[in-house]
Amino acid sequence: MTRERLLEVRGLKVRFSTEDGVVRAVEGVDFTLDRGRILGIVGESGSGKSVTAMTLLGLTRSPRTRFEGAVLYKGQDLLGLSEDKLRAVRGGEIAMIFQDPMTSLNPVYRVGAQIVEMIRVHEPHTSKAAARRRTVDLLKQVGIPHAEERIDSFPHEFSGGMRQRAMIAMAIACNPDILVADEPTTALDVTIQAQIIELIVRLKDEYDSAVIMITHDLGVVADMADEILVMYAGRIVERAGTRDVFYDPQHPYTWGLLGSIPRLDRPKPKRLHTIRGVPPSAMDPSEGCTFGPRCPYAFGRCSEEPALEARGDKRTHLDRCWLGLEQKRTLRVATLEGRVEEVG
Amino acid sequence: MSADPLVEVRNLKKYFPVRKGLLQRVTAQVHAVDDVSFSVSEGETLGLVGESGCGKSTLGRTIVRLLDPTSGQVLFQGQDISTLGTRQLQPLRRQMQSVFQDPYASLNPRKRVGAIVGDPLQIHGIGNAASRRTRVRELLEIVGLSPEHYYRFAHEFSGGQRQRIGIARALALRPKLIVADEPVSSLDVSIQSQMLNLLDDLQSDFNLTYIFVAHDLGVVRHVSDRIAVMYLGKIVEVSPAEELYTRPIMPYTEALLSAVPIPDPDAAKRRERIVLPGDVPSPINPPSGCRFHPRCRYATEICSRTEPALVDYGGGHLAACHHPLNVDSPAAAGRDASQALPG
Repeated sequence: MTRERLLEVRGLKVRFSTEDGVVRAVEGVDFTLDRGRILGIVGESGSGKSVTAMTLLGLTRSPRTRFEGAVLYKGQDLLGLSEDKLRAVRGGEIAMIFQDPMTSLNPVYRVGAQIVEMIRVHEPHTSKAAARRRTVDLLKQVGIPHAEERIDSFPHEFSGGMRQRAMIAMAIACNPDILVADEPTTALDVTIQAQIIELIVRLKDEYDSAVIMITHDLGVVADMADEILVMYAGRIVERAGTRDVFYDPQHPYTWGLLGSIPRLDRPKPKRLHTIRGVPPSAMDPSEGCTFGPRCPYAFGRCSEEPALEARGDKRTHLDRCWLGLEQKRTLRVATLEGRVEEVG
Repeated sequence: MSADPLVEVRNLKKYFPVRKGLLQRVTAQVHAVDDVSFSVSEGETLGLVGESGCGKSTLGRTIVRLLDPTSGQVLFQGQDISTLGTRQLQPLRRQMQSVFQDPYASLNPRKRVGAIVGDPLQIHGIGNAASRRTRVRELLEIVGLSPEHYYRFAHEFSGGQRQRIGIARALALRPKLIVADEPVSSLDVSIQSQMLNLLDDLQSDFNLTYIFVAHDLGVVRHVSDRIAVMYLGKIVEVSPAEELYTRPIMPYTEALLSAVPIPDPDAAKRRERIVLPGDVPSPINPPSGCRFHPRCRYATEICSRTEPALVDYGGGHLAACHHPLNVDSPAAAGRDASQALPG
């Protein structure tokens, strides 16, 4: 079955000029997203995952930002689009929900009024009454009880989970093709997180849209994503189908991430795996593999940066690591079991 | 572990008044910690878990008297410290220290690292300036920083390094007890694991006792010997760490465990995820009977009427529930812990 290609990102680079120098936030990111699919982007703070997401919606635009590459939405490059045209895409075709729903909702307007406004900006011919009726429906769809009354509540009268539901209602109000969710559950408790994830997946199916799920938590995307990008220092270091990332990870950084999580589904290890050192600064461009300085298996060749390409038999499984396939297999087991072996 | 508890908490309550109107009259009480009892042995790590607003942080703070209890007792090495005055508390503060969640907010931005870590020593009048400086350098090394960091400011460090500074400060007075309130939740996973290993090393090196407050059940399992689960100001289950995960008794614990994301697609699909309906109710007006009953899928009429007591199910596993899970037969369920005396 071929699915409609909604998004194609090619060689995306985002650099911010600051007083202290140039911040290379995103250094060459490529991926595609088809209708009906969920793409997970995983990385730690500063990996460039949020900047990538915000750039899709033109939210990183500024006189001090330099872009390279292309963000093609249904074939149209969003990077070059005028602010007016982009505004129609943003919210209407691609919508975003953020980590902290309290700072994303305007505290002095009623929740319903903010959703009504969103609908009427994108569809000016809709009457106020019709937009309000739709808002009640949307709030019901995202599971807000007594939607008819809660539509007139202020954001502070909602709990954290309810606010995130209201944000989702606003995001889906204009039936967008792509929902970009940037750490939507990080500020929420686990039981509420489970509710929100379930909601996002259900809505994606109902609206036949696509989702980009950005998170630092591999567990969040494990059972929802179709494909996963692992980002480190502004680059994708591994990109593969979800099962491959978890059961056949190729990059030492991915192993490190998997090994660092204290897991409930495994016997408790004596020591947790750690990744030594700290992520590199986005200010000074490094030579060679960006993960090299922290990688226990780095060797001579790592002074040259590896490209993101398929290195095994799977065409869809890409990584940036020079180690041989056989070596990776042995070293990976060692890493995930908490041992570190020297590279011979 | 010695038999005598280092800390014993008896019927501890902490209410916060809600004030309204011009006269700021007290119109209601937030029942943040509501009649909680437990003990912690020397060298042990007790994990306190629960969702936001369950009272776990308030409990941690009340134990070290950063907050004054509304009623109840906190016994530290057998001495009731819940009513001691500031001056009487001072020598005891050396024994109990805290590590906080936010390494950005808990370090003074105007002070150099040396002063931040050395302040406790100065306040308690330990040594002279020179010996304090040596001790601070030593502490920095212990927590994995370099002694050259002495003259730097907190903003020059990453989140993980700042948390190390906070830990060095807590260690300065060689305390017996450290209450760590979400010490790793603001850190990235790769840094988080470094920190958990460090806390583990320090515990064995200095024979520390931890009360580890956290919401992440994976982290809590990794560090704890025993775990207490809190819900709306009450402890609803206490258990040896491993057993809590294999044999939860309280339905809330079951739901909480089932909601933790598992980084394994097949395992995640296989397991039953219990999605709890609704939000945690307000601690101003907690539900009657069992506080969890409005969200519990096993709840019956008795749950809304009678508050279940914390019952001992053997092996140090206690739970407060009218419909306990993973218990062979209801008859085998132990007795009320408060009456559980042999003979």
